[in-house]
Amino acid sequence: MITDSMYQELILEHYKRPQGRGLREPYEAEVHHVNPTCGDEITLRVHLEGDKVADVSYEGQGCSISQAAASVLHELTKGSTVTESLSVVDEFTRLMQGRGQVEPDEDVLGDAVAFAGVAKFPARVKCALLSWMAYKDAVVRSSAV
Amino acid sequence: MSFDVERIRKDFPVLSRELPGGRTLVYLDSGNSSQKPTPVIETMREHLAMHYSNVGRAMHVLGSESTEAYEAARDKIAAFVGAPSRDEVVFTKNASEALNLLAYSLGNRSNTDPRFTLGEGDEIVISEMEHHSNIVPWQMLAQRTGATLKWFGVTDDGRLDLSGDVITDRTKIVSVTHQSNVLGTVNPVAEIVRLARQAGALVALDASQSVPHHPVDVAALGADFVAFTGHKMVGPSGIGVLWGRQELLEAMPPFLGGGEMIEAVWMDRSTYAPVPHKFEAGTPPIVEAIGLGAAVDYLTGVGMEAIEAHERDLTAYAMRALQEISGLKVIGPTDLGDRGGTISFTLEGIHPHDVGQILDDQFGIAVRVGHHCARPLHLRFGIPATTRASFYLYNTTGEIDALVRGLHQVQKVFA
Repeated sequence: MITDSMYQELILEHYKRPQGRGLREPYEAEVHHVNPTCGDEITLRVHLEGDKVADVSYEGQGCSISQAAASVLHELTKGSTVTESLSVVDEFTRLMQGRGQVEPDEDVLGDAVAFAGVAKFPARVKCALLSWMAYKDAVVRSSAV
Repeated sequence: MSFDVERIRKDFPVLSRELPGGRTLVYLDSGNSSQKPTPVIETMREHLAMHYSNVGRAMHVLGSESTEAYEAARDKIAAFVGAPSRDEVVFTKNASEALNLLAYSLGNRSNTDPRFTLGEGDEIVISEMEHHSNIVPWQMLAQRTGATLKWFGVTDDGRLDLSGDVITDRTKIVSVTHQSNVLGTVNPVAEIVRLARQAGALVALDASQSVPHHPVDVAALGADFVAFTGHKMVGPSGIGVLWGRQELLEAMPPFLGGGEMIEAVWMDRSTYAPVPHKFEAGTPPIVEAIGLGAAVDYLTGVGMEAIEAHERDLTAYAMRALQEISGLKVIGPTDLGDRGGTISFTLEGIHPHDVGQILDDQFGIAVRVGHHCARPLHLRFGIPATTRASFYLYNTTGEIDALVRGLHQVQKVFA
């Protein structure tokens, strides 16, 4: 069954025990993104210290894929540099938009490779990308401050 | 009761289809769109293959055969819903278009009939349980005219809340659903009509979810307009119906302009065809209308009372079985009076999109997940989405058992 490849243990773990959930101070930018087709939403804050991503905090509601993706995003970006984190976002986006044909770069993606199965479900790709697009947006805005 | 569901299932080719991976299809999404029986498919195929031409204008054999079949479909549908006159059945492309047609006939400056004038101070009344197609056209009408949009609320158990003075003597039209596409609630039309009549307001019903499932007699309902759609009643998509009282349809301005809706045209003005053609501009969905005619023949053959009784049994069975699942909450009435075979629910801690995906992928069960085009109703209940199972004449208790097994598996995945 293909959903076995989508509902990876790691995704379910992140869904049940999300990392870094909750909105925290301080932050330089806050964004609110919604997926109008399914109503999933996320509010996400970014706190930068120089070139370092000091914190990514978020609050949201939605399916397991969208919520687990936010948790993994938090894990992968916090503590890295802005440039590093954006390259992870790019690789994740490439994987998600690859219709299941893209071989993910595990070195870059870490836990996020667990989402490879989601790419085969076009209707769910937007769920996985919701928080990641929100993060990209927030970084752009905070850098503009 | 001689309702033989296994025989009925044989009339619907898709129900014996095997899905990828060898799964059997369990189709519990008829509230979204119904499947089609062989007589509908064959009637449409036969018409396209042997009789097709444009209607109402061609002076040849095919043109007259097409016209005859198209108008015969109108007769069948008029009889099916108890319309006093065939001319009261206006073909549209769906129920949304039917409701928009009506909404655009109010507040139209080319029409001075006082029943259809609308402006500041006038009121339009809908309800919180409407499908977007019976909300947005009225919001747009309010924006165009300056009229005020008001609505009935919904009680915690999913019934229309008729308390309070929502309808006033400023109300020009009340447009509510006959049966909720989410809650399954069947609304008290007689009471709504009574309140509207006291205020001198028109009454429209969105009957998209009732006409397919219950015997409906538009004359007995007492409303002025009834909208429904073909694809939810074993007919094709692309064809809907607006029924309206003849003298009201005659008093209304046309909606879309074009061929076939005219009587005579000059460069600076036109006169219009009598109803229903006044509202059927351009080449209509000919084969779809004929398919809908075959659909009502099929439903009549099975018997609407029998279909209603079968769905009532299924709903009772499903309500019992679903409520035994821990963490499952039905959104809508749990008592079986005045409700149809649509059951929406939440599963604690599990998002409907995850529910729907696992039911589909692991069990071949098609349900609908999301807000079902009724976002305000979901906001009312403080939830973003629900999972909805909706039943029709071809569903079985075995399929409800499959749904229950599937939901247990979903809970296992997310335990």
